Amino acid sequence: MNAMDRPWVEICVLGDIPRRGCRVVQAPRGQIAVFRTAEDEVFALDNRCPHKGGPLSEGIVHGRLVTCPLHNWVIGLADGEAVGADKGCARRHPIRLDEGRVFLSVSVIGSEEGKT
Amino acid sequence: MTIHSRQRLVVVGNGMAPGRALERLFEQMPEAYGVTIFNAEPRVNYDRIMLSPVLSGEKSFEQIVIHGDGWYINHGITLYKGAKVTRIDRAAHTVTAEFVPTDSLGHVPLEPTVTVPYDRLIIGTGSNPIILPVAGRDLPGVLTYRDLDDVNAMLVAARARGSAVVIGGGLLGLEAAAGLTEQGMDVTVLHLMPTLMERQLDPAAGHLLQRAIEARGIKVITRANTKAIVGAGRVEAVELDNGARLPADLVVMAVGIRPNMQLARDAGLAVNRGIVVDGTMRTSDPEIFALGECAEADGQVFGLVAPLYEMANVVAAQLCGDGAARFRSSATATKLKVTGINLFSAGDFAEAKDREEIVLRDATRGQYRRLVLKDNRIVGVVMYGDTADGPWFFDLLKRDADVGEMRERLIFGQNYAGGIPLDPSAAVAALPDDAEICGCNGVCKGKITGAIAGLGLKSLDEVRAQTKASASCGSCTGLVEQLLKAQLGDGYNPAAVQPMCSCTELGHDEVRRLIVAKALKSIPELMQELQWKTSCGCAKCRPALNYYLLCTWPGEYVDDSQSRFINERVHANIQKDGTYSVVPRMWGGQTSARELRAIADIVDKYDIPTVKVTGGQRIDMLGVKKEDLPKVWADLSAVGMVSGHAYAKGLRTVKTCVGTDWCRFGTQDSTGLGVKLEKFMWGSWTPAKVKMAVSGCPRNCAEATCKDIGVICVDSGYDIHFAGAAGLDIKGTELLGHVATEGEAIETIAALAQLYREQGRYLERIYKWAKRVGLEIIRQQIMDDTERRRALYGRFVFSQQFAQNDPWAERAQGKDAHEFAPVARLALAAE
Repeated sequence: MNAMDRPWVEICVLGDIPRRGCRVVQAPRGQIAVFRTAEDEVFALDNRCPHKGGPLSEGIVHGRLVTCPLHNWVIGLADGEAVGADKGCARRHPIRLDEGRVFLSVSVIGSEEGKT
Repeated sequence: MTIHSRQRLVVVGNGMAPGRALERLFEQMPEAYGVTIFNAEPRVNYDRIMLSPVLSGEKSFEQIVIHGDGWYINHGITLYKGAKVTRIDRAAHTVTAEFVPTDSLGHVPLEPTVTVPYDRLIIGTGSNPIILPVAGRDLPGVLTYRDLDDVNAMLVAARARGSAVVIGGGLLGLEAAAGLTEQGMDVTVLHLMPTLMERQLDPAAGHLLQRAIEARGIKVITRANTKAIVGAGRVEAVELDNGARLPADLVVMAVGIRPNMQLARDAGLAVNRGIVVDGTMRTSDPEIFALGECAEADGQVFGLVAPLYEMANVVAAQLCGDGAARFRSSATATKLKVTGINLFSAGDFAEAKDREEIVLRDATRGQYRRLVLKDNRIVGVVMYGDTADGPWFFDLLKRDADVGEMRERLIFGQNYAGGIPLDPSAAVAALPDDAEICGCNGVCKGKITGAIAGLGLKSLDEVRAQTKASASCGSCTGLVEQLLKAQLGDGYNPAAVQPMCSCTELGHDEVRRLIVAKALKSIPELMQELQWKTSCGCAKCRPALNYYLLCTWPGEYVDDSQSRFINERVHANIQKDGTYSVVPRMWGGQTSARELRAIADIVDKYDIPTVKVTGGQRIDMLGVKKEDLPKVWADLSAVGMVSGHAYAKGLRTVKTCVGTDWCRFGTQDSTGLGVKLEKFMWGSWTPAKVKMAVSGCPRNCAEATCKDIGVICVDSGYDIHFAGAAGLDIKGTELLGHVATEGEAIETIAALAQLYREQGRYLERIYKWAKRVGLEIIRQQIMDDTERRRALYGRFVFSQQFAQNDPWAERAQGKDAHEFAPVARLALAAE
């Protein structure tokens, strides 16, 4: 299937990600953390805390937030921004949930410019 | 009649009603009477209402004693315990009692009977439980629910954890059923009527109650008519008239009570349903009073505490010469004392033509309120769910208040009904001094405010200690706090509780208490019930709640791995670059060539960059890639090595010296004890990490005196230390105590660990917990109170059976595989 034909790539079904949890997608340019909240919303961020690069995928997910396991920075899942006094932003990725299937934008596969 | 010479007052029965009468009498005329009490039970006066919490294990007998031995001594009362009055000779003005044979008296009386003269006599013989006239009612294993002996018999029966059938779905029956369930029995309640507690609840609330009772795993069968109790030599089953047969190791009959009036009848006093008394509480013999459940006043007999205490007030007033005092029966309110089920009922709620009702119903939330009105006055209240407004409605009912003004908002309770101050302290401030605040202990507002002012009381605990207000069932705690606040203003600081986190106002201790009290068994249930402010907590409260639930409900609570910090979720320590470190257990710091060879092979095979010896006498492999963890663990498992929990809020290491095995100074086998402790205690979760050590002599080579728990072996046995620290803070240990044998040392240390597990706040190390709670209090509970220590030890052992599964072996076999592998790998050229 050519990525040009379809802008989304299916990565897993919702049930593969624990509620209030996260799974990692290994992408060419690094790991992407795919979060699932208690309300079954999904979000995708670079798996790197803007503080010292900690793996956000290993943090505790609460509400629409994740707490980084290394130094307890709290990052918003929807915007990737650090909450409170801390300043920094984890890169977001377009993600879509469709009838229980989770899709990432194919841009995550491609080069810096976008699609192949 | 004069009261210049001391009159002889004899009291038959030592229950709550005569106890209250004597209290009131001594308050008004402490010297007027010389008092003798006969108690057929071999003990002091206790709060019978609180037997259910004793059965469920929430309270001990000592906590429900109303009058300790000291009270009798201070008032010069002669108390005959275990003495049953068999005869009243009205002509001779004497009573005769027989001593009930019992071991717990501790002595054999010299005379089998005693005869005492009286000037005034009070009969408070209470009531007897009704025994259904069915076959098999005398079989061993068939009990009633009336006094402490019944509770003790039930507790003994419950140890076998078999099945129990409770006959009767009224107040007592349901409390017994809940208590027996708490004790681990499989319980069925049989109720003759279509809905539970039909005398106090309407059918709608009865159904809600049934649902809540069933949710606790208690089976409820309504319209159940007991035909026979069967068994060969002891109870085996209950048979219903529809042919059903329910297996039972224990049967509790709680079908009602009957006034105990045999003694009065034999003495020729007038009896009807109970011992007939007039408004002054005198029987047909004016020198004899009767009160309590045995008395019939106004053609009624009473079973709830409020009217019985009212009777007691009248008897006391009459004895003090106030001839005008009269008993008037008034409406009574009922509360079910089953933790987590809130219902309240008062007055009369039968439907009638001239009555109207207001109903609020929210079945999903389990809320139900029904007010029955007549001529704009409340005549009945039934509440289920949130019952906080119960006393307010009840007060309006008792005062016969016109509620026409606030009818539209009335059902929403005091805060919304208007006309009443919204500020709760203003409402309490407006109460008259004689308003009763604590129904259990009969403490009125004036007594509390007087004690606060007169004795300079500053806290709830002090008020409880001085006045007993809110010291029994605790439902008036809020009112007592309001009084403290009203009187002390800013000087009252309700313990300045630090909330757990910004998701709640509750502190750690409060949350732990409520987990038990409300039987909360999951994080979502807890957050719902305790009104968490966030949808699913935060990274601070979730791990704490997970621990508290795990510790409170071992074997029952399902661990929520999403509420664990990453290290405990994947059973390894995360490092700054996202790799992990792996520390296998080396029991007591001992290892072998085989283990070392396996470690060397693993380091080569998985290209592990760093190997380091830890401070806790074991070996750390650092820099393991996450996806390699299960494979590393599989290789360690193959040589029998298990997780060292170096990542856990739990037992870490037990460091040892070589002791008598090798050392010329060693006094005991310190290595052996260390290994035994570690093998016994590994896997246990604790509020924060626990590091231990055992040194074989006072030279202390294992550095036991800076550990959470440390042992120093000496010639005569083992000195057990605790509350040391050598991290952020440096602190030498405190001595917990000395024991002679290794077995005692293990029991003592496990009991200490369990006490810490139950009381420690999440992330609070032992030394901080000990500082907060008090070293001496911990010593008393572990070293002096043998029973307490055994119970703690028992709970630790129980909990360990669910804790000692090696998490590494489980994961090497595939558990939580999703933690260790990406969910997808996306390649550059997506096909």
